[in-house]
Amino acid sequence: MAHTELAEEFVADEDRARWHDQALWFVRAKRDAAAREVPEWEELRCRAAAIKRHAAAHLADYLEQFESEASARGAQVHWARDAAEHNRIVHGILAQRGAKLVAKSKSMLTEECGLNPYLAARGIRVVDTDLGERIVQLRAEPPSHIVLPAIHLRREEVGELFHRELGTPAGLADPERLTAAARSNLRSVFLEADAGITGVNFAVAETGGIVVCTNEGNADLGTSIPKLHIACMGIEKIVPRAADLAVFTRLLARSATGQAITSYTAHMHGPRPGAELHIVLVDNGRSQLLATRRDREVLSCIRCGACLNTCPVYRRSGGYSYESVVPGPVGSVLGAASEPEAKASLPYACTMCGSCNDVCPVRIDLRGQLFRLRQDLVESGLMPRHKRVAARLASWLMRSPRRFGIAGKVARWVLRRYPNSSALLAADWTAARELPRVPERSFRELYEQRERERRR
Amino acid sequence: MPESVSNMRVGLFVPCYVDQLTPRVGLATLEVLARCGVEVEFPGGQTCCGQPMANMGCGADARALAVRYAEVFADYDYVVCPSGSCTAMVRHHYPELYAGTAAQRAVWSRTYELCEFLTAFADLDRIRGSFPYRVGLHRGCHGLRELRLGACSELVHERGDTVAQLLRRLDGLELIELERADECCGFGGTFSVDEPGVSALMGRDRIRDHRRAGAQVIASTDVSCLMHLDGLLRRQRSAEKVMHVAEILAAAGQ
Repeated sequence: MAHTELAEEFVADEDRARWHDQALWFVRAKRDAAAREVPEWEELRCRAAAIKRHAAAHLADYLEQFESEASARGAQVHWARDAAEHNRIVHGILAQRGAKLVAKSKSMLTEECGLNPYLAARGIRVVDTDLGERIVQLRAEPPSHIVLPAIHLRREEVGELFHRELGTPAGLADPERLTAAARSNLRSVFLEADAGITGVNFAVAETGGIVVCTNEGNADLGTSIPKLHIACMGIEKIVPRAADLAVFTRLLARSATGQAITSYTAHMHGPRPGAELHIVLVDNGRSQLLATRRDREVLSCIRCGACLNTCPVYRRSGGYSYESVVPGPVGSVLGAASEPEAKASLPYACTMCGSCNDVCPVRIDLRGQLFRLRQDLVESGLMPRHKRVAARLASWLMRSPRRFGIAGKVARWVLRRYPNSSALLAADWTAARELPRVPERSFRELYEQRERERRR
Repeated sequence: MPESVSNMRVGLFVPCYVDQLTPRVGLATLEVLARCGVEVEFPGGQTCCGQPMANMGCGADARALAVRYAEVFADYDYVVCPSGSCTAMVRHHYPELYAGTAAQRAVWSRTYELCEFLTAFADLDRIRGSFPYRVGLHRGCHGLRELRLGACSELVHERGDTVAQLLRRLDGLELIELERADECCGFGGTFSVDEPGVSALMGRDRIRDHRRAGAQVIASTDVSCLMHLDGLLRRQRSAEKVMHVAEILAAAGQ
């Protein structure tokens, strides 16, 4: 389905749409306050953008450096061309060691690759240990936000879910008690898991270390008890030096949730003594984006979610309306750049307000990318015919002031003479709003008259 | 101020929808400029900047209009336009869609939004008068985030506020404080009819914010946002009025 239809469905429940909007605006406001505490905020954004652009430009070198440094520290590095290869590799590692239960911390990459259903189909139970992810997993839903996976749910709905799935008392909706219930439920998973799978926020080429940021400590716990840790990362997560991390850890949590830093920032350099660390480097279309100059910039994304929180359309249409692993502005860019046909409606799920550009900690020109993707879609013939014809017609009219003047006159006459039929013809406008009150004469007519009178 | 306003030849660019739907905004623009000693000409060859087509993705259809714009305004030292959005199209997006000749690029780059133009070139002491109302300033997104006509809530850098600074010159005008200082109204050109439900909810949310703060007038540098907000206000039979900043400046001086 197109974003249009799903968004209209979401917004039909106006109270819910408004609640969703306010929940996310609250996060945006916290982000603003956190950013203002850092006087050099804008310089940090520039620095982060420069580091990411540099890393992308030298990605092959940094990846090889990372591989050799990580290997030197005892990690095993795997390369996956696409989602299928990633899933095969992860399953292979788990199967070889007879792992049956996996504690997984948040990773958008494994969502992208569809790892959970792949492993489940092969008899391996994967439990998401991030609270929000756990909630959507229990509901058999995908995350609706990349940082706040269950932001589309009200606490009462979580209460009902936990009552059904975890046996909490009926009607319990207190967030603290619900969290405690999830914690005790997850505790046994942490203790019994055969392996821990995590995502990666940053991978440092210079040291071969990986950094995982969470607020719940679930990545630390999930990798501290089992003897096997598999870290899955997109190849764009590389930063050149350990010193670069300071720039990103200062930006990430402030942009994402308005915290100064995530509660846990785990730096992992090689496996724990007696344990194994596998790092799976996944391409899955990234080098294709890298090869296209205009799409390259989006690889800088650090998945903070700030563009989702600020996007007035995302806030009022919900994550599922994008039908993509990553929703919101950056998801629309990723989606339409990688699968233009399937995601043709996404670049239009945008008013071109540009707020995403200004919150983005790595200064991706999201607005500009969406604008350019629209041009690409039209050039590839992916725009509906009636719209293409409308644009051609408008351009033809506007290439001549005479045609424009006549068309304007006719339109104004029709609007004045037949307001009701005009309203019917413009149903998408008039469903919620009145048509403009139309004047008898246009500015150019009034101006010409004025000039004539002056000359007299 | 690089040169005296009186020696400049200034062209007026009136966006197509202002021309056809709100000519009073064009007239108010003429009046405010005249009061500041700027005589402008409205070359009749102008039509539309092409933003609707470009935003649909039909940049090729907008290119012809970018060329036409450069021809129509070739002989002017500056072009002034009562719309942040159309100005941003001309100044920022024409060069993206179409490299153009140096001469064409020069015409595009000397196009100014009205408040910008007044601030850069006019004797601001002539902006005066009384407008005893509580005014909510709706920031058109392109004027704000592309032309930077005001402080952007997302950015940490301090910035001047071109539009508010002009309005604050008027006696009795009270600029109300919004909860969300610069959220989009949801118009978005074809977005308003592509996703009418989201668009309308965005607009109604803006109106609620202005109403909560006690606005009597919702003002903007852009008629497009105002047309959308006015359509919603009239559907709700609300008392708040919408006015372009030029209309307020013109009305205050009378």
